[in-house]
Amino acid sequence: MHFLKQKLEWRFVNKLGRVVLNFFKATGELGLFTIETVYHCVTPPFYGKAFLRQLVEIGFYSLPVVALTTLFSGMVIALQTYSGFSSISAEGAVAMVVLISVTRELAPVMAGLMVAGRIGAAMAAEIGTMRVTEQIDALSTLSTNPYKYLIAPRIIAGIVMLPVLVLIGDIIGICGGYMIGVSKLDFNATTYLMNTWEYLKPMDIISGLVKASVFGFIITLMGCYNGFHSQGGAQGVGQATTNAVVSASILILIFNYILTEIFFTI
Amino acid sequence: MALFRFKQKEQTPKIKLVNLHKAFGRKKVLNGLNLEIYPGESLVIIGGSGTGKSVTLKCILGLLSPDSGYIEIDGRRLDQLSSSDRAEAIGQIGMLFQSGALFDSLSVWENVAFSLLQNKKIKKDEARKIAVSKLAQVGLGRDVASVYPADLSGGMKKRVGLARAIATDPSVIFFDEPTTGLDPIMSDVINELIVSTVKNLGATALTITHDMNSARKIADRIAMLYEGKIIWIGTVKELDKTKNPYVRQFVAGSAQGPIKTEIKANQ
Repeated sequence: MHFLKQKLEWRFVNKLGRVVLNFFKATGELGLFTIETVYHCVTPPFYGKAFLRQLVEIGFYSLPVVALTTLFSGMVIALQTYSGFSSISAEGAVAMVVLISVTRELAPVMAGLMVAGRIGAAMAAEIGTMRVTEQIDALSTLSTNPYKYLIAPRIIAGIVMLPVLVLIGDIIGICGGYMIGVSKLDFNATTYLMNTWEYLKPMDIISGLVKASVFGFIITLMGCYNGFHSQGGAQGVGQATTNAVVSASILILIFNYILTEIFFTI
Repeated sequence: MALFRFKQKEQTPKIKLVNLHKAFGRKKVLNGLNLEIYPGESLVIIGGSGTGKSVTLKCILGLLSPDSGYIEIDGRRLDQLSSSDRAEAIGQIGMLFQSGALFDSLSVWENVAFSLLQNKKIKKDEARKIAVSKLAQVGLGRDVASVYPADLSGGMKKRVGLARAIATDPSVIFFDEPTTGLDPIMSDVINELIVSTVKNLGATALTITHDMNSARKIADRIAMLYEGKIIWIGTVKELDKTKNPYVRQFVAGSAQGPIKTEIKANQ
């Protein structure tokens, strides 16, 4: 009995040690991948056509999903704020709360999570398939650096397009709050708009856009990293896709907190 | 043959592998590999699965770094060259991949002209003309140029891969299992294409294969790789006369012999 207990304890310690070592190994690999990626993003040659294709892929094709999520988020915030604030006769703050929540948090986080699901998964699947079918090796034999041709255009496009999507999401989210405020909560349209304008601060917009850029980097980096290191055929590509979305989503939420702390408490 | 060997001794090898070692974890894949490939010759490496054939190609191409040993191309050690000189040395190698490794998102002609468009900055119209002429060299018509790789058969993919490999007129071409997955007739077509293409370009060729028919047709010399080392090297005629039991077993495709004995011992 004692022997069995000791054996189980050793097995647990063994497994725990392996998990910790794998974590540090993966973190180190991701760090090296990030450094190499950043280097190739800022040094020529640049593949303009590949970059433009990614701009369209990330920006244009993600627009409907970002527009819908921010629209409904703005509408929900207006309803919830009204139902809470009306009990303390502070209904007038609805426009301000919608404005602040959409620009500071909802638009960047919702857009980030939506794009992580759409683009991060697609990137990991595409690059992962290229890895397991030797297309990435083929790029190298054709004197083309895969980091420059595949990774850098995606990363730069992510950093550029996420803020554009979030800016559009800001406008649509505020419009959502306005629609509910005016049509359902009987606010005066002019008063609602004036309240929104009065509380509009550049810092709220800028902080949201900076967050979006960071999220764009995270989404594309995790998509490319997981795809680039996928192994073992279809199952490996599936695993890479899942890892890309999960890791990007978690990192978005962690970095959202860190950036909020930096912008609004320091 | 004696004349052929005398000629070899006078020449600097096009590619030279010296005491190459490569391991993945505890598994030693290359274990002191030495090999010389001379300009204009076609050398075929044969060997069972997992003996390090693909790893050898990947080390020469710079896709993998050897743990020790070194590689020379045209008498220059790759590990002592600057990154741009190394890229230039490796850039003279064209490669036909086992699966073709064609880019799914590009049409056939864009695949063939990829290097011309991306690196040599040739204009699109001109690049397309070159791609069509390379496709013609491998027996494919103009109508194939605009279709996508997903619409091609296995044999056509290999041909397009070959056209892409020769698009920049490389001085060295690697062939990774060129006939795997093809029917016997298409295998022979690909073998003949490889022979004629290498001859027309005057290129040096290095092929890895399990297919002995293919090896006999393509090779000037054949080398057998076993446990990460070259254990035998010679011409096709010498292959039939050798008494090396490993080579004899592999060529005969026999289950009886030293290779299987060791598999049993490992089990």
